[in-house]
Amino acid sequence: MIAESYSLFKKDFHSELRTRYAINSLAMFIIVAISVILFSIGNETITESLTAGLFWVVIFFTAMSGLSRAFVSEEERGTTLTLQLIASPTTVFSGKLIFNLILVFCMNLVIALLYSALFERFVVQNFALFVLTFVLGNIGLAVASTIMAAIIAKAGAKGTLYPVLSFPILLPLILTCVQLTLFSVDGTSFEESKFELAIVVGYDVIMMTASYMLFDFIWKD
Amino acid sequence: MSSYLIQSQNLSKLFGRRLIFKDINFNWIEKGIFGISGPNGSGKSTLVKIVAGLIASSSGKILHKNSGGEIIPEKLHNHIGFVSPYLVLYEEFSAWENLKIFAQIRGVTFNEERILFYLKQFLLDTRKDDLVKTYSSGMKQRLKFIFALMHSPEVLIFDEPTSNLDEEGKKVVYDIIREEGKSRIVVIASNEMKDLELCNEVLLLEKFK
Repeated sequence: MIAESYSLFKKDFHSELRTRYAINSLAMFIIVAISVILFSIGNETITESLTAGLFWVVIFFTAMSGLSRAFVSEEERGTTLTLQLIASPTTVFSGKLIFNLILVFCMNLVIALLYSALFERFVVQNFALFVLTFVLGNIGLAVASTIMAAIIAKAGAKGTLYPVLSFPILLPLILTCVQLTLFSVDGTSFEESKFELAIVVGYDVIMMTASYMLFDFIWKD
Repeated sequence: MSSYLIQSQNLSKLFGRRLIFKDINFNWIEKGIFGISGPNGSGKSTLVKIVAGLIASSSGKILHKNSGGEIIPEKLHNHIGFVSPYLVLYEEFSAWENLKIFAQIRGVTFNEERILFYLKQFLLDTRKDDLVKTYSSGMKQRLKFIFALMHSPEVLIFDEPTSNLDEEGKKVVYDIIREEGKSRIVVIASNEMKDLELCNEVLLLEKFK
């Protein structure tokens, strides 16, 4: 099953390289969102908590602009039936999840690098905590975005529905990640961040389990 | 070929309150060409999609059994080859790339010799490296037959198999249907008399309203 999922990921990767379905919209959104924030701040000095909040705001909206493509592109091109005929639901979900995971990690790495370079108050004191938050947050974001993309792919107003439906699902993750990012910026120790870390780990495990259990019903009409 | 059985037990389908068909029962065993016919909107495509496990029935069920054991829905796609006008292949890839990708995702060996044989048979060998988006609708339809045959499934389901095909293409498809029907279950959903003449049995859907 792992080899088949990897093959599906490879198919999506090559398809993305040829069609630029998601990459272009993600890159444009990152540039536009960070530029708008920089212009609106001007010469003001913003607090650390606001910086951490804005960091995850950019991540959330960028994810909403591009991650639905995993399933929406199949539906729009009419290839969903083809995929149903060549792979089991578990293979399809795993393949799409690998693609979204890699996309989320690359996208958020670019956001983090741009943020560090452009926002002077975004100085990470506890680097290990930031990396852990980044990794766990990205996993949760990718899993939730993938299953939500599968749900909205068959709907009419996909563009509107995706952020609207994803917002309540992602809210606990985003809020906790904002808190953990703030901790890593102000140098809070691992010991004091244990509770928030446990929430994010719990979120990831629950989302992953629920997604694999639900996908079968979502995938077949 | 192993003994394969498709059994329909009181199969019914409703879309909302609209009844498409009800209480369909049949046993398709091991090999043969089985037709499904009926006027437009009678549910031919719906029935073949249910048989292929792509959509669920409203009541009743379809059983796929191979050598006595029931095939679980998760694995059913490995036993089915499907062709229809509404099936879309990846247009950003060439025919060769499409078939290679399908073999990899299915987890089966990509038998180059066999694929080249089919490409030649369907008159696509000279265009195998061209992107599918440059193909005519008839060429795409022929490629779908290779997609259906390449993993040697026990069941071949052809929904309107000759749509978009020219006379030459139709001849190749009829030859394939006759040949494959000798060793496996071939299901044809069509209104074309020529398609239905190939069948050993024909299910008339207007009888199941």
